[in-house]
Amino acid sequence: MTSTIVARVKQKRIAELIASGKRLDGRGLTDYRDIQLEAGVIERAEGSARIRLGKTEVMVGIKIDIGEPFPDVPNQGVLTVNAELVPLASPTFEPGPPNENAIELARVVDRGIRESKAIDLEKLCAVPGKKVFIVFVDLYVLNHAGNLIDASAMAALAALLNTKMPKFEVKDGEIVKKPGYTQLPIKNYPIPVTFAKIDNTFIVDPWLEEEEIMDARLTMTMDKDSKICAIQKGCCGYFTKEQILEATKIAHEKTQELRKLVVKD
Amino acid sequence: MEVGILANADGSAYLEQGKNKVLAAVYGPKEVHPKHLAQADRAIIRCRYHMAPFSVEERKSPAPSRREIELSKVIREALEPAIFLEYYPQTAIDVFIEILQADGGTRCAGITTAALALADAGIPMRDLVAACAAGKVEGHLVLDLQDEEDKKGEADIPFALMPHMNAITLLQMDGSLTIDEFEQLLDLATEGCKQLYTLQKETLKEKYVTVGEEEGEEEVEA
Repeated sequence: MTSTIVARVKQKRIAELIASGKRLDGRGLTDYRDIQLEAGVIERAEGSARIRLGKTEVMVGIKIDIGEPFPDVPNQGVLTVNAELVPLASPTFEPGPPNENAIELARVVDRGIRESKAIDLEKLCAVPGKKVFIVFVDLYVLNHAGNLIDASAMAALAALLNTKMPKFEVKDGEIVKKPGYTQLPIKNYPIPVTFAKIDNTFIVDPWLEEEEIMDARLTMTMDKDSKICAIQKGCCGYFTKEQILEATKIAHEKTQELRKLVVKD
Repeated sequence: MEVGILANADGSAYLEQGKNKVLAAVYGPKEVHPKHLAQADRAIIRCRYHMAPFSVEERKSPAPSRREIELSKVIREALEPAIFLEYYPQTAIDVFIEILQADGGTRCAGITTAALALADAGIPMRDLVAACAAGKVEGHLVLDLQDEEDKKGEADIPFALMPHMNAITLLQMDGSLTIDEFEQLLDLATEGCKQLYTLQKETLKEKYVTVGEEEGEEEVEA
């Protein structure tokens, strides 16, 4: 449901191509754009990564701090995900507090990491109920060319895998940092796949123009055992049950492929 | 469920589902302020989901949280497909959802109530939207999770459906599920929505059939 005339002409062209199984940039319907992933790009951060998904570019920085746990889970560290749609990334981004799109992006990425139990939060607890480590995941969008969710979530996982935890000991109920670092305890690898529905055809990894004209969006995050750990439907349209089940099949294949790019053992 | 309970609103509805108490009001279609938000070929929907400070165990700050902002967005996107937006270009339809008391599944209760309020406001719709959650608690697949089940359960799927068209307009999930379990829960949630749909239709009929009869009587007298 777009409003400009240009978008309508474009919509027709893109939709016709997709109906015949092709896309404007030459990809197949379930092909991702070229992915380049670089870890450890910011030395000051405990962990970091930068992803290029086609022209979409996202940097993720991880900072680790000491704080109090949530009262309902006193023996677990805290995970906080925040997204910034930095104004330099797109003419449509404006300075100011995060808008609903930024909040949705952060919360979808958060859900994938949290629900798959990717970080072993219990190992981040120093004094139960009092002192734990807080993992801040900051998603920094540098160039917006579509599919920010997948780019951000993959970069976030890459950054977490690259994160160093300060060694510590507990003295009189306080955390005392010791020299040296250990790896942040990671036990699962959630990977999302985002679909766009255009005239009843599914494509993965929509780029900006496809996002502008899509009828509906669906993100499905799967963990390393191919269990579904998070889903988010977005945009104004709807799906049928058959379409959603078709998406689970594609997501099952795609998450395994993408995981190999992010997790290298 | 009840409709047309707020005098000022163009449309309103109230829902009690378990301990959930939800109030929704619709204003519009009306002029858009600020003007640049208006769309030349359709109405825009603005939606606010908000929880009352006294709706939960520990007082919630009345300022909108990140959760409420996300939910406002997904609720709007769940209602939009049902409305003939193109009938009212250059206008806005405001949907306000207040959770007076929360007991799990409030976003779904909010959608069910808001759909009734939209219908009560006389806004042309393709279908009503009914919503409920399905999930997995202690290994069992269940419908309409309560607060406790939601927090302790293994998975939760908020789900909204336009039942007549079989169109899913809200789908979220958190937790851990196999693909098979997910499919079963989709069926379960669909059933739940269909039950709510029946209630929604009855509620609307109840109000408007009565009004119709009253008007009929007046005509006879005249």
